[in-house]
Amino acid sequence: MTAKTLYDKLWDDHIVTQRDDGSALIYIDRHIVHEVTSPQAFEGLRLAKRKPWRVDSILATPDHNVPTTQKERADGVSGIADPTSRIQVQTLDDNCDELGILEFKINDKRQGIVHVVGPETGACLPGMTIVCGDSHTSTNGALGALSMGIGTSEVEHVLATQCLVAKKMQNMLVQVNGKLLHGVTPKDVVLAIIGKIGTAGGTGYAIEFGGDVFKAMSMEGRLTVCNMAIEAGARAGMVAVDDITLDYVKGRTFAPKGEHWDIAEKAWRELTSDEGAHFDKVVTLDAADITPQVSWGTSPEMVSPVSANVPNPDDETDPVKKEGLRRALDYMGLQAGQAITDIHVDRVFIGSCTNSRIEDIRAAAQVVKGLRKADSVKEAIVVPGSGEVKAQAEKEGLDKIFIDANIEWREPGCSMCLAMNADKLGDGEHCASTSNRNFEGRQGYGGRTHLVSPEMAAAAAIKGHFVDVREMMKGEA
Amino acid sequence: MRAFTTLKGLAAPMDRPNVDTDLIIPKQFLKSIKRTGFGENAFDELRYLDEGEPGKDNSNRPVNPDFPLNFARYQGASVLLARENFGCGSSREHAPWALDEYGFRAIIAPSFADIFFNNCFKNAILPIVLDEKDVETLFAQMYAQEGYSIEVDLPEQVVRTPEGQTFSFDIDAFRKHCLLNGLDDIGITMQSSDDIKAYEQARAQRAPWLFAS
Ligand code: SF4
Repeated sequence: MTAKTLYDKLWDDHIVTQRDDGSALIYIDRHIVHEVTSPQAFEGLRLAKRKPWRVDSILATPDHNVPTTQKERADGVSGIADPTSRIQVQTLDDNCDELGILEFKINDKRQGIVHVVGPETGACLPGMTIVCGDSHTSTNGALGALSMGIGTSEVEHVLATQCLVAKKMQNMLVQVNGKLLHGVTPKDVVLAIIGKIGTAGGTGYAIEFGGDVFKAMSMEGRLTVCNMAIEAGARAGMVAVDDITLDYVKGRTFAPKGEHWDIAEKAWRELTSDEGAHFDKVVTLDAADITPQVSWGTSPEMVSPVSANVPNPDDETDPVKKEGLRRALDYMGLQAGQAITDIHVDRVFIGSCTNSRIEDIRAAAQVVKGLRKADSVKEAIVVPGSGEVKAQAEKEGLDKIFIDANIEWREPGCSMCLAMNADKLGDGEHCASTSNRNFEGRQGYGGRTHLVSPEMAAAAAIKGHFVDVREMMKGEA
Repeated sequence: MRAFTTLKGLAAPMDRPNVDTDLIIPKQFLKSIKRTGFGENAFDELRYLDEGEPGKDNSNRPVNPDFPLNFARYQGASVLLARENFGCGSSREHAPWALDEYGFRAIIAPSFADIFFNNCFKNAILPIVLDEKDVETLFAQMYAQEGYSIEVDLPEQVVRTPEGQTFSFDIDAFRKHCLLNGLDDIGITMQSSDDIKAYEQARAQRAPWLFAS
């Protein structure tokens, strides 16, 4: 038998029919739904008088539009101030109620960002094909699953047929070997990867993250990395199944139990790339070269070590790139060549499906413990990824650490990651953000996003500008 | 779905790489639960000098005079010339909906982001990948000649310039078939219902935990 990659295995295992032109009907095991990309799909289904193929494969929760202050959350959907947001969340509730779809509603303790809720509840499992009308669905690949974002027409297609029409992607292996330096996080690793291969580097590929660093990485860290596979251009990112995966999954609400667990574990152990499997492209990084990263531009590939300076467009020879750099610096309000540590931040956002899991919250709390937010920072907020994360953090007293530091502790949701709710940047404001996209206007009209790890965001909140968080960690080993 | 066969239309530029879907349609417009109404806010942050909001009367807003799609010469364009990695970022299908409503039926670029590329086909917009140097040629000719129109011939899989120069492009046979005939994907997949059921039964045997509830 020919050696297969993890992606080959997942793909082959889900082919319903293969078409002559290379496309295939792929069976979908799990369909996650949120309020923004689903209303038109449900409407289409209704107009065509179709029913969902398999209701028990669907899990829904509102996340993009939900407010994150306790005040605005108190009255549930009816308390959402923005009427368009309210209608969208209400529409999700109505669609789920009508069709009998399991939904974690706005004030359900299990509500949260789709990509946090999926793995945490065990709704997303190794070996599954998982889709959601959201590009960061790549997150779940960390479990050893084939997990992809789809558009609304495809949401409707999966609702109606439990299948996706897809063409197999190519295989890419991104390996990071060696051991990460102290204070360097999974977020820094993925930002460094994107800085290296570019935002189109993974286009047309499914990326497997391999090598020493990922083998040693926690499941939370792997989720962070796979989350941003899409920022590297890849629709799917994944990590092979190992003990860390199985330990994470075991005991979760929807994870198999008893006899089913035993069969599942046996099957899941196979979910690794075979020795000698062929990858169409291999990218290798050395862990020792990676330091804390900060994005300075308007694309996630515009990223540098915190110790570096903002690039100078004059050093670029390619005219299209030169113009792109110039435009990015102009939008970001930065001087060519200025030190990244000289960039002052107006707001700090710790949250989003990239970095809002318990490990992220703990890491940020560790940095701010006993310190206070700089007065020059207008607002710093920590937004847990789900009700479960929030409860766990509060159990550990982490909320107090933030509040004592004059940092706000919020209700779960996408929050300032994309500003569809009340949390936004003002025009021209700089934000240290643990989210995944620094596109123009992403966090609010005219807002200037700098992508960083939770530790780096926390450090910026304390200092008022970017610093190498490792300088604040002295004394720990 | 609307069929796509041939198209001859005015070309307009989106002359920068990595145009993301946030730029094509900003997030505040995603709150709509409809499929329509996005065209007038396509490229909102580039088109206007102020911040757009759903429901705002766009006729009173300050227009950005430096944005090419606002130039008189590009009004009524239906072919968008773009640069690499067009449509990256969010999976929002609101992006092709907005482009479609704006009037674009075909987009030519050296590369597209995967999800956006897929979404175009679901909306009868043809994304065409040409070599970087061919795209460059089209840009140069378009800039040099006002009223420059491009012909897209899907049956022949070629793009034709006004001078009759042609560039051929690839497309999956199935996608081409769907576009030419205006076929709805779901209807076609439904014809494989028996295969899906058979697969499902076999999967339930292998992975019973997936069907436990
Ligand atoms: S947190 Fe941000 S990136 Fe993640 S699903 Fe929400 S809006 Fe999308």
